[in-house]
Order: sequence, then C-alpha cells, then structure tokens
Amino acid sequence: MKRYSVFAVAREALRNHMGWERAWRSPAPKVRYDAIIVGAGGHGLATAYYLGKNHGIRNVAILEKGWLGGGNTGRNTTIIRSNYLQDSSAAIYEKARSLYETLSQDLNYNVMFSPRGVMMLAQTQHEIRGYKRTAHANALQGVETEFIGPGRVKELCPIIHIDGPRYPVLGALWQPRGGTARHDAVAWGYARACSDMGMDIIQQCEVTAVHQADGKVTGVSTTKGEIACDRLGIVVAGHSGVLANMAGFRLPIESLCLQALVSEPIKPCMDVVVMANTVHGYMSQSDKGDMVIGGGTDGFNNYTQRGSFHHIEETVRALIETFPMISRLKMLRQWGGIVDMTGDRSPIISKTPLGNTYINCGWGTGGFKAIPGSGWAMADLMAKGEPGPLAEEFSMYRFREGKFIDESVAAGVAH
Amino acid sequence: MLTLTCPYCGVAADETELAAGGEAHLKRFGPGSTDAEFDTYMFARENPKGVHFERWRHAYGCGKWFLAARDTNTLEVFGTYPAQSSAPPQHIRDAITAKRPGWTWRDFA
Ligand SMILES: Cc1cc2nc3c(=O)[nH]c(=O)nc-3n(C[C@H](O)[C@H](O)[C@H](O)COP(=O)(O)OP(=O)(O)OC[C@H]3O[C@@H](n4cnc5c(N)ncnc54)[C@H](O)[C@@H]3O)c2cc1C
Ligand SMILES: [Zn+2]
Repeated sequence: MKRYSVFAVAREALRNHMGWERAWRSPAPKVRYDAIIVGAGGHGLATAYYLGKNHGIRNVAILEKGWLGGGNTGRNTTIIRSNYLQDSSAAIYEKARSLYETLSQDLNYNVMFSPRGVMMLAQTQHEIRGYKRTAHANALQGVETEFIGPGRVKELCPIIHIDGPRYPVLGALWQPRGGTARHDAVAWGYARACSDMGMDIIQQCEVTAVHQADGKVTGVSTTKGEIACDRLGIVVAGHSGVLANMAGFRLPIESLCLQALVSEPIKPCMDVVVMANTVHGYMSQSDKGDMVIGGGTDGFNNYTQRGSFHHIEETVRALIETFPMISRLKMLRQWGGIVDMTGDRSPIISKTPLGNTYINCGWGTGGFKAIPGSGWAMADLMAKGEPGPLAEEFSMYRFREGKFIDESVAAGVAH
Repeated sequence: MLTLTCPYCGVAADETELAAGGEAHLKRFGPGSTDAEFDTYMFARENPKGVHFERWRHAYGCGKWFLAARDTNTLEVFGTYPAQSSAPPQHIRDAITAKRPGWTWRDFA
C-alpha cells in the first residue's frame, strides 16, 4: 500500500491523479480463515485491525452483507465522548476516545477527529445533580470533565437560548476533549489498514447460517458459499438477534430504529456539540456546514431503517426552542439505523454459549465513539479466548448475575 | 405511520395514540424459579427480523392493553387480539400463514 502524505498529494497533482490505488482489495473468499468477523461496520473492522496489529492474527475475513460502513457506522451523528458514570464504561469509552486522538496517524487515514468539546445540558434540578455526580465520578476515573454554569454555556455556544420558558438551561456537563469524527472515514481507514495486512473484506456477502460441531463453531454459510473458520466474531449491531439465532442462542437485545437528519449547509455558527437530553435532541455542525441533528428511537421492534415521522417533529420542536435561529432552516435528508438496545444500555463484548464464538453488540444509540476501544477489547477476547480488563464486565451473562452496568439512568438517550 | 386496530373499541389507531409494550406471550417466572428461567423471562428476547408478537396499549383511547402480530421488517400488520389470549388465536395464525408460509415464533407456528 502506498502511504498517503502531502508528498503523495503533490505527486498525484502533477500526474492528473492517475496513480491513486484502490483503498482496499475486493477478493473472493478463501475456503478457510483463522478468524471470521461478521459485519464490516466500525466495530467489526476495528476488531479485525487490532487482531492483526496487537495479536498477529492476519488470516482474517470480514464478511459484510451490504457495503462496508453502510450500517449504523455510516448513519450516526458521530458524537464522541467518554463522560459515563460507571467505571467499566468510562474505561472502555475513554480508551476509545484516547485512541481517536491519534487514529489518523495510526491508520494513515484522515478520520477528521475534532475534539471540539461536548456539552450535555442540564435543564432540570435532577439533571444538575446527576451531571455533578458524573463529573465527580469522571474526576476519579481520570476522565476530564467539568460541570459549568449557564453563563459559560452561552459563552461556549452563543446560539443557545438559555432562558427558555419550560426548560431553561441551568448548566452543563462539559467534556472539552470530546467531539466528532468523520464516520465513513473511520470505517474506510480501518478497512484500508486491514486490507493492507492481507485480510479479506468481502462485501455483498451475507452470512445465512452458522455451523458447529462438538459445541464449537466450524464455519458459516454465506451468499458467496461455505467458509470455514476456527473463530467467529459476530459484530452486526441491529442484526445481532438474527445471528445469535443462527448460532443457537438468544440475547438480551431488542432492535429499534433511531433517526437522524441534516439541514442545508450554513456558515459556521456552532463549534461545540450540544446534547439536550431532557427535551430530547442534539446538534452539531459538520465541516460542510450542515447542522447534524439526532433524535429519538421508535418504541417498537423495527428493522426498516426508516423511522416514524412524529419523532422528527418532536426532535425539531425541541431544538427550535433551544436554538431559535434554526427555525427557518431547511432539512435536507433524514434516515434511520437499527440500534441494538440492552436493558442496562451498556454493550456486550462476550463469549457465547457456542465455543470459539464471540459477540460484540448492544452499543445501541452510542457506539460510534467506542469503535477503537471496542475493537481493541474484542480482538483481545478473540485472540486469547478470555476477556481482558476492558471487556470482562461486559459479558452477556451479567444480566443473569445481576451485574448490570447501568447507564440507562445516566445517559438513557440517543447519543 | 403505523396503524393498529384496537380489538376493544375497534378504532384504527395511529402510532401516536398507542404505547408500545414489548414482546408478547412472556411466561412470568418469579420467586422459586431457577436463575436461567428468570434471566430468560426478564431479559432474553426473540427480536426477530420478520413475524413478531407484541404488546401495545391504546394509551390515548380506551387505555387497554392488547396484542398485535406484525412483521418487524416490513411493518405489515397481520392482526390484533385481546391481551387475555395466552397464544395467538387461529385466525391471526392463518392471516400470517397466508402471507408468510412456514413462519414460526417460539413454539407457535
Ligand atoms: C441515527 C443514529 C445516530 C447515532 N449517533 C451516534 C453518535 O452520535 N455517537 C455515537 O457514539 N454513536 C451513535 N450511534 C450509534 C452508532 O452508530 C453504533 O453504535 C455503531 O455505529 C455500531 O457500529 P457497528 O460496527 O457495531 O454496527 P454497523 O455499523 O451497523 O455494522 C454492522 C454491519 O453488519 C452487517 N450485517 C448484518 N447482518 C449481517 C449478516 N447476516 N451477514 C453479514 N453482514 C451482516 C450490516 O450490514 C452492517 O454493515 C448512532 C446510531 C444511529 C442509528
Ligand atoms: Zn381501544
């Protein structure tokens, strides 16, 4: 693989850009791999990358039913933060956030990580108390956050209306090193690096059955034929229940549709990310200038990637109250993604009832921020067969054992 | 918008008039059950891509709970029936079979 650099740009400029290589190969599947990963979203690709980079396992295939990054990874609103309440959450999200800081250099691919700061508005007395508690927890966890007053909120984000009649802004939990990244670039960067290590990314290849012998996985059937493997990683977000069914177990997961929308591009007006959980909306401005807006999930099981219209209305209504200047902005596009929700709103990185089969799911409405850390922890689990310190609390068996990692109280909203 | 007909008042209710209540026909396990039984009842879900049975409440109507058979992949509704049913009634199963021959859901078919 030729490295991307300022010299490469100059060289290609001189020869009409005829020398750029394809970013990844599109090979036909081999008969057998040491490890197969189902799902080429951010989490699946990151898992493969760290399997190769940290553990030297490179005979790996990543199987994707659609196109890589076409699931939630390419549909999310790209907020990155690590200001969670529980220690095990803070550990993995902060690992991910800190890997994001140097990811562009590591992958030799510009993922446009922009630590512009994230603020979560407190608009009720309960939220003030909750966020102060989180700020204290973060101080103990070594995650830099701060509870700030309404004056500072207005200073950091002048377009906010802080004295709304129903929910005035009373303060915010501020994480200065949170921010955003380019979602497609994260998938593409990992894909390019995986392909460069000799891994096979096979798109348009849906897994339709999981085969086993003596309680262990032996391979999968796909729309491109049978493929054998020693180890299987299931990393399919909203389709986790479908894959678990193929592998013969059930999960504590329900799939719901979460929506987002973007406006027409406008001049720069907002250089932080704002989340307003009480009124249910969040917004940031992309580098192109469009306002990126996220809203609520439908309440019922859903695989349609569309979403109900009234949720958009609710979100937009809330945001117009918070940011009156957007009231006449035109919305360009709206879409949905199928998010995998667990009862405690925390993810699963776990062994499964089927031997040599591992699952990474349950990131629900908030897993983009976790991609590097999750891939790191999942690769560790798949390489060693046992979870390392980052993953061990996230077992799928924690529900039976009552060891919830309860973030639904702290962050029970799309993010 | 998703529209379900309330089996009690017969109103074709829009989604905004209803509250979703999750998977239907769960068998409750309480004190005295095994950990596995309790875990399965409390947390494990079918979550299928396709035919699904679920609970709904006519929240801004008669206020009553009812059950619905629906396809989670197409949002097609096969029918609704009273919450007192411990299994989907035959006419609902027939309506599903007409459109999805060979369907199964837990022990139902
Ligand atoms: C609207 C929206 C907004 C969001 N906003 C944020 C945010 O601001 N910040 C944040 O941190 N997170 C956010 N999220 C959540 C985040 O997008 C997800 O948690 C994350 O992208 C999940 O990545 P993944 O790799 O696990 O899943 P995906 O990217 O969904 O990848 C899974 C892949 O598996 C493939 N697959 C499924 N079944 C099969 C099969 N049988 N065979 C082969 N392949 C299969 C799919 O095609 C898909 O490409 C948001 C999500 C949505 C929908
Ligand atoms: Zn009714």
